[in-house]
Amino acid sequence: MTSSLRLRAGLVSIALLAAFLGIWHLATRSTAPVAAMSPEYAKLMGLTATQGKSAMPGPLDVGAKLWEHLKRPFYDNGPNDKGLGIQLGYSIARVGLGYLLAVLVAIPLGFLIGMSPLLSKALDPFIQVLKPISPLAWMPLALYTIKDSSISAIFVIFICSIWPMLLNTVFGVASVRKEWINVARTLEVGTLRRAFTVILPAAAPTILTGMRISIGIAWLVIVAAEMLVGGTGIGYFVWNEWNNLSITNVIIAILLIGIVGMLLDQILARFTRMVTFPE
Amino acid sequence: MTNKFISIEGIAKRYPGASGATTTVFENLWLSMARGEFCCVIGHSGCGKTTVLNILAGLDAPSEGAVIVDGQAISGTSLDRAVIFQSHALLPWRTVLGNVGYAVSSKWRKWDRAKVKAHAQTFIDLVGLTGSEHKRPSELSGGMKQRVGIARALSITPKMMLMDEPFSALDALTRGTLQDEVRRICLETGQTAFMITHDVDEAIYLADKIFLMTNGPGAVLAEVVENPLPRDRGRTDLHRHPLYYALRNHIIDFLVTRSKTFTAEKPDHDPRNVPVVHIGKPGLTIASSGEEQRQTRIPGTNPGLTA
Ligand SMILES: Nc1ncnc2c1ncn2[C@@H]1O[C@H](COP(=O)(O)OP(=O)(O)O)[C@@H](O)[C@H]1O
Ligand SMILES: [Mg+2]
Repeated sequence: MTSSLRLRAGLVSIALLAAFLGIWHLATRSTAPVAAMSPEYAKLMGLTATQGKSAMPGPLDVGAKLWEHLKRPFYDNGPNDKGLGIQLGYSIARVGLGYLLAVLVAIPLGFLIGMSPLLSKALDPFIQVLKPISPLAWMPLALYTIKDSSISAIFVIFICSIWPMLLNTVFGVASVRKEWINVARTLEVGTLRRAFTVILPAAAPTILTGMRISIGIAWLVIVAAEMLVGGTGIGYFVWNEWNNLSITNVIIAILLIGIVGMLLDQILARFTRMVTFPE
Repeated sequence: MTNKFISIEGIAKRYPGASGATTTVFENLWLSMARGEFCCVIGHSGCGKTTVLNILAGLDAPSEGAVIVDGQAISGTSLDRAVIFQSHALLPWRTVLGNVGYAVSSKWRKWDRAKVKAHAQTFIDLVGLTGSEHKRPSELSGGMKQRVGIARALSITPKMMLMDEPFSALDALTRGTLQDEVRRICLETGQTAFMITHDVDEAIYLADKIFLMTNGPGAVLAEVVENPLPRDRGRTDLHRHPLYYALRNHIIDFLVTRSKTFTAEKPDHDPRNVPVVHIGKPGLTIASSGEEQRQTRIPGTNPGLTA
């Protein structure tokens, strides 16, 4: 039953993809009649005007270009011409570093806040104000104080991924069932052991959910941040290719951003499943 | 009672109520239990039974008064007083063995894994869960979960067991089996037990003494009913005992009418000397030594038949 549903869903997915590619192909085919114009003018206008070719690349152009990229993902021909693998690597490294720092701060801090009603109340107004700030709004301040664009991008990732993790950790820790805490209390379990043997496992699914939201946001933000700071990364690549008017490369980058984002999400989803317990 | 293993001495519990006033759940509550005694508390919802149990467990502190266990005032929880929770309170991410083992390793911190496991296994076997050690709570029925709760409580070999309506969420059949189990284990190990129940028959079957509490707020311990049934009573032939109905009717009467009117009718009720009720054994009632507790005699349905 479920396997047949899966099979059918897979078939529908493939059909939808084929339809999408087909429509895309038809829509970007050269159709318009070639206008008569002076060769000079034609040269200026490029293929779009001279051969009736659409400005939008078709799926075949994108496929061919993608194949080229996949064949040599790690070439490095100077600042404005690096392989896609290298660009993605920069982005992933920045996200990873900023995110890791955020985990190291958010989870212990969230534990403290969640276990202490006083801290929870005292810090709440700060969190409420800081949370809705767009991470990119921090960028000028980061650039001014840190004076390094790459570290500034990492800081922006840190700041944007900390909130969902912090809030979920606080919530998860604060809402551990009273009866589980009471079990630990009647067994005279010390605070530290209680934190690791009762509160952490009980709050883990909520914490991991926060971490999953955070990685999603971090990946959204890195593209924008790299467009701003420039230099390297997939966000810079998109912006650079837009300046080069290479829509094909922009489309390829969009596709890769989606795939990497999905993979990051899947990894966290797997971790979440590992710590989730049935009740 | 000369042998006061547990003594609750004048405890009160108050909560801040609306607009600065305080609500008194109960005050000046005295009760005592002997070592090895099985006591049940019966009273309507909200009268403060759970509060008393939590104070005994050390999970909650009284607003006034003290609890003396084995000659020492308690402060906080202790591995000597195990609690069986109504909602079983198993840790869902641990297996049966993991849950019992958690208690064992909490009591004996220096034990190695093998020793903890072996000890936990003994108690899992005791409650009849052999073969389910590696199941998680979500894979167990309600009755099995409560068995794990019992095994966990027993595994730390406590001096007393505190049970808050442990079987109220179970079906009648499972409840019966677990009552048998708990009674057998308590008799075998000489456990002192304090149990809250809503089930009059459960109290009659298990308890040596039944505490009757009036309705809250301002609940009082109205009576201590001594169970006249023989110690070797069986759950299935309980109702054949000549004093069974007298005992049962007395408790039901209390719950139905007297729990509401008691405070008004007995203005001279002395919480320190709660009347001890002996059902249907006029010849055998002996004033308890030392303490001038008032004796109330209630004729049984057929006192002539009592041995
Ligand atoms: N945190 C609290 N704040 C105010 N009132 C409370 C609180 N906890 C319990 N109570 C009150 O104390 C009374 C006794 O509760 P409880 O001991 O749970 O009763 P029982 O177990 O007999 O049903 C109830 O009337 C309840 O409303
Ligand atoms: Mg209760």
